[in-house]
Amino acid sequence: MKMNRFKGWLYLLPALLFLGVFMLYPLVDVVIYSLEEGYNSASQTYFGVGLYNFSYVLHDPYFLQAVKNTLLLVVITVPVSTGLALLISMLLASIPKLRDLYQTVFFLPYVTNTLAVGLVFMILFKKTPYSDGMINALIALFGGESVDFIDGPYWAKMLVMCLYTVWVVMPFKILILTSALASVNPDYYKVARVDATPKWRIFTKITLPMISPMIFYLVITGFIGAFKAYSDEVALFGTNLNAAGMNTIVGYVYDMLYGDSGGYPSYASAAALILFAIVLTITVINLLVSRRHVHYA
Amino acid sequence: MEKQAVSQERRSRQTRSMAGRILSYFFLTLWAVIVLFPFYWMLLTSVKSYSAYNSEYVPAFFTLQPTLQNYFDAFSAVPLGRYFLNTLIYTGVTTVIMIVVVVLSAYAFARLDFIGRKITFTLFLSLMMIPNELVVITNFVTITNLGLRNTFSGLILPSIASVFYIYLLKENFEQVPEELYKAAKVDGTSDLKYLFKVMMPICQPTIVTIAILKIIECWNAYVWPRLITDNQAYFLVSNGIQEIRENGFGRENIPAMMAAVVVISVPLIVLFLVFHKKIMEGVSRGGTKG
Repeated sequence: MKMNRFKGWLYLLPALLFLGVFMLYPLVDVVIYSLEEGYNSASQTYFGVGLYNFSYVLHDPYFLQAVKNTLLLVVITVPVSTGLALLISMLLASIPKLRDLYQTVFFLPYVTNTLAVGLVFMILFKKTPYSDGMINALIALFGGESVDFIDGPYWAKMLVMCLYTVWVVMPFKILILTSALASVNPDYYKVARVDATPKWRIFTKITLPMISPMIFYLVITGFIGAFKAYSDEVALFGTNLNAAGMNTIVGYVYDMLYGDSGGYPSYASAAALILFAIVLTITVINLLVSRRHVHYA
Repeated sequence: MEKQAVSQERRSRQTRSMAGRILSYFFLTLWAVIVLFPFYWMLLTSVKSYSAYNSEYVPAFFTLQPTLQNYFDAFSAVPLGRYFLNTLIYTGVTTVIMIVVVVLSAYAFARLDFIGRKITFTLFLSLMMIPNELVVITNFVTITNLGLRNTFSGLILPSIASVFYIYLLKENFEQVPEELYKAAKVDGTSDLKYLFKVMMPICQPTIVTIAILKIIECWNAYVWPRLITDNQAYFLVSNGIQEIRENGFGRENIPAMMAAVVVISVPLIVLFLVFHKKIMEGVSRGGTKG
């Protein structure tokens, strides 16, 4: 029996080691870093303890720009992608043939390297001296003015960033909503049809309430995912996101840590903790709102 | 008279549903085109010759003189083969070690009896909420201080821990009837032997799913490899792509760039075509992206 008690821990040992060194310890450490003022990574010394790092980050124009970009991205892409995914999964559920084929095609972006496809998006939208690019050719076809979406005005860059983000997050959302729609008890629909209930009423009174837990799950994971956006932006605008004015909060954290602007783990830690606080707050608000509106069967 | 009205109404309903169906197919096909177009464009651009590409002010949607020259350029002008090999090593080793760690701890949580099992499992679960961004800072410092920058150990070690897969496999292990375990115990089968001979074969589908999801994650890894490597000899494909974008081929050789992008995308697309059912099922059970 004694041997047995010891054995369980032995099986857990590798996981405990990895989690301890690379998750638990860093979690404590990041808080310590964020409180050490004037930390010097070369000499590993600091002046004092306090909240200066947070105040520095919150007053840094690059950070404020990153917050603005990230918030815009979240506010635009989460509703658009969730709504579009709902529409597409409803359409998928309504067709009799080829459903599997469409579903498989729609899932493809999930498994692709975002850096690689981001580069393709960049080329599609970019305007160079020798070519206006594919998208601008399309715009010209409809009589519009050509725009450089990669190095041009802020709204254009934001537009590409949102489009690419939506393109990347759609597969997951379509997959989840399709299986949610398939799991609605068909008896409800039969009863509604017998009662000759109009289609929009079936949608708002049966479908939507039944899948609301999954929609809510997608909104929460969507918020969290969009707040952590980074590699998609690197793919579109290059590694120097501050120069492009398209940095995100996570990008700011990494820039503080590494590269030409790096070497400030304290500022990076403060920014990461601020991000964590924002995400946690929004998740809690989401949970509170959902309690009143989500129907759990 | 009445009969006629009824049949007329039925006919109009039929045409309406017919029109709705056509509209459904139209929108679904439109989205399929949006999804597939970037892939078509990378393939198309990668077989256009450099001069042909640069002479098109309005890009052409097809090419009559496809060339493979760009693929030769991609492999000879930048160490694309090296990036590829690195990613293979990184993905393979990380996935194998992770599976071992995950299987052992899932087994401990599911079947073994030890003091503090419940509280440890709760602690594990609460770790799932910790975003990677919070721990990456210290890991960067740790790996740097250990002198493991630009090594495979530095790349792999922090990528192994994944609480979620332990949770997923533990749930699956628990579905195996406990009577089997007790019977094996009576027969004097050791715990480890039981794990290898009974549990793992029964739960093989879940283990395979976990492995595939991890492979996708590793193949697309960008942030950690970027932080920890600045020596091209240790670049993974994502960093290679970024390097190519910023310094390789001269910025103008877009066809060669696209050839590199195709080469990098192909392995995952093949993996997806073979395992798409498994991948989609696995992701709907526990992926989070987007």
